[in-house]
Amino acid sequence: MSQHVATVKEPRLNLAPEASSKVTFGFWIYIMTDCVLFASLFATYAVLHNNTFGGPAGAQLFNMPNVLAETLILLTSSFTTGLGMLAAQQRHLRKVIAWFGVTFVLGASFLTIELSEFSKLVASGNSWQRSGFLSSFFTLVGTHGLHITVGLLWMAILIAKIAATGLTKANVRRLTLLSLFWHFLDIVWIFIFTMVYMLGAI
Amino acid sequence: MSERTSEPSKTTLRPYVLGYIWSIYLTITVYLLVTSDRFDSYIVVPIVIALAAVQFVVQLVYFLHLGQETRPRWRLYAVLFMIIVVSILVFGSLWIMSNLNYRMTPQQINTYMQSQDGL
Repeated sequence: MSQHVATVKEPRLNLAPEASSKVTFGFWIYIMTDCVLFASLFATYAVLHNNTFGGPAGAQLFNMPNVLAETLILLTSSFTTGLGMLAAQQRHLRKVIAWFGVTFVLGASFLTIELSEFSKLVASGNSWQRSGFLSSFFTLVGTHGLHITVGLLWMAILIAKIAATGLTKANVRRLTLLSLFWHFLDIVWIFIFTMVYMLGAI
Repeated sequence: MSERTSEPSKTTLRPYVLGYIWSIYLTITVYLLVTSDRFDSYIVVPIVIALAAVQFVVQLVYFLHLGQETRPRWRLYAVLFMIIVVSILVFGSLWIMSNLNYRMTPQQINTYMQSQDGL
């Protein structure tokens, strides 16, 4: 099996292992604060989810098979991120690009399904202006979708960078941060899946 | 999978596969519980919330490798602190808003909002 070991020298940002772990921990703290942001949106949704202002409630609006598909796609992308990180630890360049490429495609399909659901809702007159319930729904799910968009952008740039400069220490560290971010988005989605879609459909 | 590594690898394939299987199993269980209208919502709601909590822990442990760091476990402490802050935020908001809901009639709210209109 041919190994594509990175040979490119590291000109800058060559941090010692402990400094690198501090960077990772700093990113971990950012993720915890992002959890607080999502918690405030969840609280808003929990307060407003019955205020439909005579409009439709969640059970009439949500397309359950699509929601399950979104969930399984995002879950699989979280798994392939992990496989990509394993390949990165083994300094296997092609596998890293392949697994993160698969993750990117899965993330993009998730976003496509979500945006088509959103556009259907808006086209049928159930936009964020319809009711307090829909305002909080679009804010919560939309913020998650925005995070996914940023993650996809980051992933695309990082894959291009790794293809160009190889698996340097700095690039592996960037991959570690990206994978933390992506796993975190999957965890937030579990709660959106449960609190918004599943409990909303009962 | 190649065993040749350029540095001692901390993680293996096993936790990712286990986490993936558990997460899919839990997700589909929740989905089937909710979409089959066989059970009362009194039973389904607590089970669904409990399974979400289980999946939260599963993903933290298997995907984010929480609990496998060396001491001092700053990541774990950060997560526990986050859970405290998030619980206060969510349950506090629900408590305050349900209390407000209980104490104010819609007419009172309308009157209050009209009296604040000039501000």
